[in-house]
Amino acid sequence: MSAKTASKPKTVFRGTLYRGHEGMWSWVLHRITGIAIYFFLLVHVLDTATVRLDPELYNAVMASYKTPIMGLGEAALVAAIVFHAFNGLRIILVDMTAWASRHHRALFYGVLALWALVMIAFLPRHLMHVFGG
Amino acid sequence: MKLFRFDRLAWIFMRVSGFILIALIFTHLTVNLMQDGGVKAIDFAFVAGKLANPFWQWFDVTLLWLALIHGSNGMRVVVNDYVERTGVRRFLLASLVISTTTLIVLGTLVIFTLDPCPVGSPSDLLPSFCPAG
Ligand code: HEM
Ligand code: HEM
Repeated sequence: MSAKTASKPKTVFRGTLYRGHEGMWSWVLHRITGIAIYFFLLVHVLDTATVRLDPELYNAVMASYKTPIMGLGEAALVAAIVFHAFNGLRIILVDMTAWASRHHRALFYGVLALWALVMIAFLPRHLMHVFGG
Repeated sequence: MKLFRFDRLAWIFMRVSGFILIALIFTHLTVNLMQDGGVKAIDFAFVAGKLANPFWQWFDVTLLWLALIHGSNGMRVVVNDYVERTGVRRFLLASLVISTTTLIVLGTLVIFTLDPCPVGSPSDLLPSFCPAG
């Protein structure tokens, strides 16, 4: 990262609070998931736009989302979104409250726990839809 | 300190939009992936049925604008962090502005101009409230 860039507040936090292992991992994961979701969204708005053109075209496009491989891709997308969402919430709290910035490391493990819980609730039903008949 | 520097506004926007996006995206995923049939139940009739309802129109438009602006502003930060060469950076940032604007206009038009019962389409592909014929 070059020093000349990005917004001031974040640079300050990166240098201080986000130091250490959990901080680095959460930052890398937050960035990778954000980028991945962004590229999905570009495609997603385009595929949804075919709904305006023709019902049969939209159904054909959506059929490609219903294959086993895309089903796994959707699971990965949801995993990325859920992590980015909870970790984003952690970043917001750490920036806003002194309590959270003192406990940012514990909060990161909280993020991972919540993420695991949501995925355990989500995956069986999703995989059943994708692979079950 | 200038209160309304662009970077500061962007920093605040990332937090406010992120907070709202949690509710919007979790709802979007629950309705579209956890309904009976999951992804496999998504087709023209499903989407046209949803978008005939003003609630889902405004819900989707809010999701579209917030996710695209949040995501592209995040990508702006990423580009600024990694791309050193001014020409390349300018090109990438301009591409971000153009693609984001295009997708916001396209997506908004799709949401508000979708005809749930296009004439001449096989009626078994259309929502059940469409007149038979
Ligand atoms: C689910 C709700 C979401 C929350 C709570 C959230 C929260 C955040 C927060 C707090 C930041 C850090 C901003 C900063 O450091 O100034 C961020 C960055 C980012 N977000 Fe999100 N976000 C959400 C959804 C999304 C979506 C849908 C996308 C993609 C379309 C996305 C893409 C990004 C990107 C690319 C970054 C920049 C990453 C970086 O600078 O390392 N986010 N998000
Ligand atoms: C695999 C997961 C997903 C599925 C199956 C899915 C499905 C759909 C469907 C069927 C629609 C049509 C309208 C509606 O149902 O409201 C739609 C629209 C939309 N989705 Fe998703 N979605 C997924 C993930 C996401 C994510 C993660 C985001 C945000 C980053 C998102 C953002 C949007 C937006 C903005 C629209 C409106 C597009 C437009 O303006 O034309 N979706 N999605």
